[in-house]
Order: sequence, then C-alpha cells, then structure tokens
Amino acid sequence: MSEWERSSLVRVVPPARPRKLAKVPFVELADGRLQGVVSSGSDIGRVYVSSVDAGTYAFACSTNNNRPCGGARGMFCNHILAMITEAVLQYGAERVGRYLRVEADEPTGQAIANAMSGTRPSQGDSSAAAMVFSQFLRHLAYLELAPTTAPLPELHWFPPTRAVV
Amino acid sequence: MRADLLADPVDGLDDALAAVDASDRVLVAGLLRPAAADLTELAAAVAGTPLATRVAEAAEKAAAGAAGEDHIVALAAARTALLGSVHDALMTQVVGATGRSTAEETAPVTSATELNLLAAARSWLCEVARAGWRGIDHDVVGGAAQVVSAMLPDPGLRRLAALLDGFAAELAASCPGATMDRVPARRWGDLWARAMLLTMPGAAGLPATGTVTGRLLPLGVDLHEHATAAQAQVHAVLEQADGAPRLVRASVSVPKPDTVVGAGIWQLLRTHLSLLTAVSEGRSMELAGMPVTADGDLIWAEEHARPGEPADAFATARVVLPTATASATAPLDRHPARIAVPVFLDGYTTTTDGDAVTFTVAGHDLAVDTDRIPSAGPLTPAAVAASAACIGLVRWDAGTFRVQPLAVETTVKKKAVTVHAGAWAGGTTDKVGVKAEKAATDAAAVLRERAGRLLRK
Repeated sequence: MSEWERSSLVRVVPPARPRKLAKVPFVELADGRLQGVVSSGSDIGRVYVSSVDAGTYAFACSTNNNRPCGGARGMFCNHILAMITEAVLQYGAERVGRYLRVEADEPTGQAIANAMSGTRPSQGDSSAAAMVFSQFLRHLAYLELAPTTAPLPELHWFPPTRAVV
Repeated sequence: MRADLLADPVDGLDDALAAVDASDRVLVAGLLRPAAADLTELAAAVAGTPLATRVAEAAEKAAAGAAGEDHIVALAAARTALLGSVHDALMTQVVGATGRSTAEETAPVTSATELNLLAAARSWLCEVARAGWRGIDHDVVGGAAQVVSAMLPDPGLRRLAALLDGFAAELAASCPGATMDRVPARRWGDLWARAMLLTMPGAAGLPATGTVTGRLLPLGVDLHEHATAAQAQVHAVLEQADGAPRLVRASVSVPKPDTVVGAGIWQLLRTHLSLLTAVSEGRSMELAGMPVTADGDLIWAEEHARPGEPADAFATARVVLPTATASATAPLDRHPARIAVPVFLDGYTTTTDGDAVTFTVAGHDLAVDTDRIPSAGPLTPAAVAASAACIGLVRWDAGTFRVQPLAVETTVKKKAVTVHAGAWAGGTTDKVGVKAEKAATDAAAVLRERAGRLLRK
C-alpha cells in the first residue's frame, strides 16, 4: 500500500469554490447527471429544475410545478447553460468535464456546453425533476439545523485544504 | 519541545499497522469476497486481548462469507483497538517531547438514545462493508441519505450524522468503486470503523463530568470542514481559580449547505461561540461554572462566560503553556488521526520546497502541515516559512509527525507581526477579509431567501 493509501487524512472530495448564488442557487454532480436549480428571472416564486445526463447529454428543464421550459426544445435552454457555467465555477471545468464524460477543446463552461450541444443530444423526460428539487430542498434545510457546542471528534478527519481543484 | 524524540522508532508500531493494513484490504475487497489470510491476521493481532474470542469467531464467519452484524461490529472493534494502541504509543512519545503531564481520569459512558436510527445506520454500514470499496455503487451508497436526514436534527446524534454525511459524500463521489484509480483504504477504514462503533448505544456520549472557573487564555483555532459540516475548536489554557493551569478545548459545529465556504463558515459558527470573537480581538474570557468533560472539552454555554482582559497568545504559549496539564483522551478517541497537541516552537530554521515548509529544531526536521491552514484567514504558507516562533498542534498521519500552525511570529514587509490562522473567526477589518465576508453574506442571504420561499414550513 502507498503512503496515500495509508493516510487517514487524504482529501477525497475537494471543497466547493465560492460563487454567487443569485441565479443558480444549487448545482450538483449526482445520480449520473449534472443537475441544478435555476431561479426564474421574471417570477421570484418560480425556479427551473435543469439536468444533463453524463455520457448521452440527454437534457431536461422544467419548473418546480412540472411545467416544461419553453426554451429547452431540441437544444439547451439558457437555464441549462447557466447551470453549466455555475457548475464549472463551483467544481472546476476538469471535474465537470470528467463527470459528464465530455472532451472539450478548453477547460471552460462554454467549451463543455458546445461540445455537448455538438453531439445533438436528445431531450430527456423530466422524471428526475421532482428528485432534483427535493435534493435542493434537503440542501436548503441544512441552514435550519441547530449548531452544537458539544465536540464532534470525528471532524478531525476532515481538515480544510488550501489546494485548488 | 524536543523534536528529536518524535523521530525515535516506536516498538511494535509497524506490526500493529500491518494488521490494520490487513483489515483495510478486507474492506477494499468487501466481506462478500474477503481474503481469509487478512482476516486471520487481524484476529491474531488481538489474540491477547479481551476481544480475542469474539474477533476470532467473526473472522471465521466472515471468511466463510457468513458474517452477521455482530461479527462485523467485532471486526470494526478489533481495528479500532489496534489503532488505539498506536495512539497510546505515539502519545507516550509526544508527552516525552513536550514534557507535559496528563491527568488519569477518563469519561464514563452514557445511556442509549435513538435505537432505531442507530440500527438503520449500522445496517447501511454492514451493507457497504459487504460490497467493499471496490464494489460500491450509487444504489448501495444512496442508502445513507435517509438515515443522515433523520439523524441530523437531533444534536445528540450529531457525531454519527456528521460523520456518515461526510463519509457517504466521499463514497458517492467515487462511484462506481470498480473504476477507481486507487482507494483511500486507511481513511475509509477509519471512517467506517468509527461510524460502526458510534452505532453502539451510548458510544457517542461525552458527558460533562464537572465545571470549571477561571481565566481562559486562547492559543488558536483549529478548523474542520467537509461539504456539509464545519467545526471550530479553540485550544486554550485555563488558569483555574483553584489548581494548576489546564489545557482545554471549546468547540462549535454546525451542518451547512456545501456552497457555504470560507468566510461563510466563520459567519455560521461565530454567533454561537463568543470565544471566536475573543480570539479575533486577542482577549481572554472569564469562565464561571462552565461544564467540562473528562477529556478537557468545554461544553460552551454563553451564560458561563464573559469577555476578559486582552491576552497575547504568544505570551500564553511562552509562560503558561509549559506548566499546563492535559486531560486523558476519551477511550473511543484513541486514534492517531485525533492527536492534536498544542506546542510552542521557536529557535528553529525553516526550509521551503514549493508550499511545503519544514522546521529544523535543534538539528531535527519537523514537517509543517500548511495545507490545514484555513484559506479564510491571514496566515499563509509564506508567512509560516518566514516565521521565527510558532504555536501549533502536533499531529500524526501516515507514519509522520507534523506540526499544524495555529499562529506565528513572522516578518511581513520588514515588520515583526503576529499572524493567527483563525484571526477572521470572529470577524475582521482586514481588506481581503472584508471582501470575503461580503461575498459570503450575499451567498447566505440568497440561500435563506430561497429557503424562506420554497421550503414547506
């Protein structure tokens, strides 16, 4: 076993990088998809749930009330493009490209989006939207959990890191 | 500190760690296809202990692919006991190097809590152990989410919940296990075995066993974080009204959304621990009747604390720290990764190689763990490399002692200054810090607005 394999404290998941959340409050690389939630520009109570599958790049976009997004007909809508841009800010282009299995010309959100669009991906169904939205709500619920001043010795295994992804 | 004593070989260390390696290999392959030789090696390593019979039986059942939950718990216990012995041997060395005495009292174990949730967590942990790190997929790993969500609201289950949440996120990011380039075998073995033992009713209890009164002199702040949790631990010396100075810690932790990072973490934590503000202001605090555990953790409650006089951490480190006594480590916390012993170093020379910094103390090299310095703070690897004195934590990982800097006396633009890793914990007027605070405030405001509008109340 190598020293890395014998270390208790290697960093497996790099921390998210800071980004502005106003337009895209939530993105994640999970369940074989890049998925996220994009706030509507016109209606403060409405959000769009967007996703792109890894490998096939099949995409979907609908509102939280399950109405299809008008822009996502045959091509990536602006919500999906915004989600890709913000995912690259949060995780870095390399990690996003690797997860989606995209060979992009350069490590930017634009290049990743273009490379996927170029394959003329099909429109997927929006069956995942409910799950993505509930993931977002689960994520928000973390804000409401109470802090504790009892020690959590287990968190010694999770040091911060200065390494940039 | 006698850095030379940290370099001495430890009798039996390699043998104990070889048996831990064997248990790690079992978990990489999974309990559905274990190597019998590795199980035998693990069982043999604890043959002279009270665990012997149960572990031998568990190893036999596991080798036949027939391990039940109790057997898997026994294997986790054997691994934990081995690392406990490694911890004790390393701490003997650290105590020799620092010359600090340690109190004998250890904590009692508390009563049971939510048995159903603990059983659900144990069942998930058994499932991932059967699959092995090489066999994990999204279906197996996804089973943790429900357990974690149910546990998080209960502060009494927070230790296990925060651990499982961070562990499951790492597993999920590495799925499918079959295609991983390499497996963090020691790390995941640690996290798994620890979680397993925390599912035993009462194991996670760290009851306050008394109260303390006196002047609290902060040394520095140690930050911990994974995507969805963060903890700040303030290391400090307590000058007690009656008795010798004592090393203590004060902690605050909180679950968080993964997009709250950097200065945003300090913002979440600081409102619940006024001590962080005192650290940023360079103040002591006066404690009266503050609850404390046997292993030196203050269970902070604001009504037992008030701001005190200004106090310089380096004066504390030079004058009071050498006379302070430490507390014995709680039995379950005896693990090398949990070693974090405050020390004061000076009279060293530094060498750098990229971001890697080494202190040479009286001819002996001591690696500096600059990667642990939080990015939301003024302390940088460069400041550490230019330093002449350092308050740090002695840590051990992968065969090596390292010192994690908490604060340094250094030279910036030809001026002698003191720089603390946790200087921004309580807020800052530093230009870069203010900018980071503003961005974090905006991000948190968006999330709270979205939560207020979309979460069902």
